[in-house]
Amino acid sequence: MAIELDIQKNFKGFSLNVKLKGQDGTMGILGASGSGKSMTLRSIAGIETPDSGKIVINGRTVFDSEQKINLRPQERRVGYLFQNYALFPTMTVEKNIACGFRGDKNEMAEKVADYIKRYHLEGLEKHLPSQLSGGQQQRVALARMMIGEPEVILLDEPFSALDGYLKDILQRDMQNFLKDYKGDMIMVTHSRDEAYKFCSQLTLLHNGKEILTGETRQIFEKPQYLEAAKLTGCKNFSAVQKMGPHQVYALDWELMFHIQEEVSDEITHVGIRGHWMRPANESGENVMAVQVEEYIENTFEHQYLIRNKEADGSTPLWWMCQKKDFQEKTEDRVPAYLYFPPEHLMLLKK
Amino acid sequence: MPLKRQKRQLRIQQNNMGEFLSEINWTPLWISMKTGVVATIIAFFLGVFCARKIMKLKPGARAIMDGILTMPLVLPPTVAGFCLLLLFSLKRPFGKFLLQNFDIKVVQTWTGCVIAASVIAFPLMYRNARAAFEQVDVNLIYAGRTLGMSESRIFWKVIMPAAGPGIASGTVLAFARAIGEYGATSMLAGNILGKTRTVSVAIASETAAGNFDMAGFWVVVIILISFLVVAAINIVSGRGMQTRRWI
Repeated sequence: MAIELDIQKNFKGFSLNVKLKGQDGTMGILGASGSGKSMTLRSIAGIETPDSGKIVINGRTVFDSEQKINLRPQERRVGYLFQNYALFPTMTVEKNIACGFRGDKNEMAEKVADYIKRYHLEGLEKHLPSQLSGGQQQRVALARMMIGEPEVILLDEPFSALDGYLKDILQRDMQNFLKDYKGDMIMVTHSRDEAYKFCSQLTLLHNGKEILTGETRQIFEKPQYLEAAKLTGCKNFSAVQKMGPHQVYALDWELMFHIQEEVSDEITHVGIRGHWMRPANESGENVMAVQVEEYIENTFEHQYLIRNKEADGSTPLWWMCQKKDFQEKTEDRVPAYLYFPPEHLMLLKK
Repeated sequence: MPLKRQKRQLRIQQNNMGEFLSEINWTPLWISMKTGVVATIIAFFLGVFCARKIMKLKPGARAIMDGILTMPLVLPPTVAGFCLLLLFSLKRPFGKFLLQNFDIKVVQTWTGCVIAASVIAFPLMYRNARAAFEQVDVNLIYAGRTLGMSESRIFWKVIMPAAGPGIASGTVLAFARAIGEYGATSMLAGNILGKTRTVSVAIASETAAGNFDMAGFWVVVIILISFLVVAAINIVSGRGMQTRRWI
């Protein structure tokens, strides 16, 4: 239990209301742009001031509107990795890193040299940030943040500005550099893949409100809420009508489903991830006759927009299937029927 | 024309030129430069200070304050001179107060030259500094704060260098404006040779007196200085930037 916050802030047409309780390890905040996730991170760092609420880091109250406590960012000992790294453009690598140093000035030079080595920046000491590659810039920003030995580190969309190949390398680098870090880490992202890869705990934000917090895998498995399912990348939804304790009728797909668990009365929607539907040969329970509306060929998978063949006006849904090789034609893989495995049907409420 | 006569003519001209130069009273140039330097220093710190303060204001207050601070740039200099005269006149409370308590006289003195030039040069410094600050990524400030740097260290070590080219060109423009200032200076400081007569004041009064040679000479001096100033801006603000050509 390292970080605890409960903050409110009002803007024109938007209000932020987040409650968080950090567990050990890496916490993720996943939300669409404009969901208030960066604002939350900035409030923890002290860059933004919430209207009301409380923020506690390792038992230290850094913000409390009732007791009128509001520590300056300088005093919070929170490391913040900015999306664009925010390196000081007119300072060399060495000087940038020295800026993060806190403590006895006599030990500064030695410690800066140590961090330059640790983050593989040897030989770049006298370079300016503009002379560095994206990866090197990120390492300078990490070194500058870590040299001050922060109690919590906050990562603000650290990979969103990078392209595919470099992103993979930097993600691995970052994991290596941060694996010895003992404090807590909160990462903000809009990418479900990054959230899944980095974070053991996840909080989902939507329109400034927290919808769900929990263990990452569990959230992806059982998002519980329609908005949560959308944030974790699920694309297929249908409104449902409950027909029995284990039966729902998907109104948009015009299809009856058998569900393993008991269906509660709060359930309004059913969802399924495009990857989990399986081809089937014949009609039966949880099976839909396939009518293809559109193909999209992705690099490693086929993507189909399909519709229930037996219902003309039904809403189409996405089905993804792995390619065997590049020669394969998109049409070859279209089955007559698709099976919706009951264990992958997500029951959702609003 | 025989060669001998031509040579003699030339020698007379040279003598005239030498005589002309040796008879010049150089104090206007000296006063202009001295005023320019001091006024630029004042405008620099005041401009940077105000630009820094204004960056912290909310948009509404910012627009109003910005309007007030920019006034000396858009008003005719004579209006600024009139206002300064109202303020510093020895017959009025503030001017009297300064004279009685600090023995400071502004009207018809070099101090008046400096104050007039500072007021007129200030908006140029302030506006350039503000524009330069607006270009600085605000995340740099936040990064400095989370790293534990003090506000003044962030300002002088991070923001000022990052805003460097804009600040530098503001300074040069302010200097150029300060050495060329005429309207407010002539109203507040007057035209006392060796004391408050700057080059621009000299040009006006020599022309009025029909001394076109003398006025012309000062005009050439001002043109040269102004050209140097503009060239200096281009060199300073172009440094570190890729010069992109429109082709």
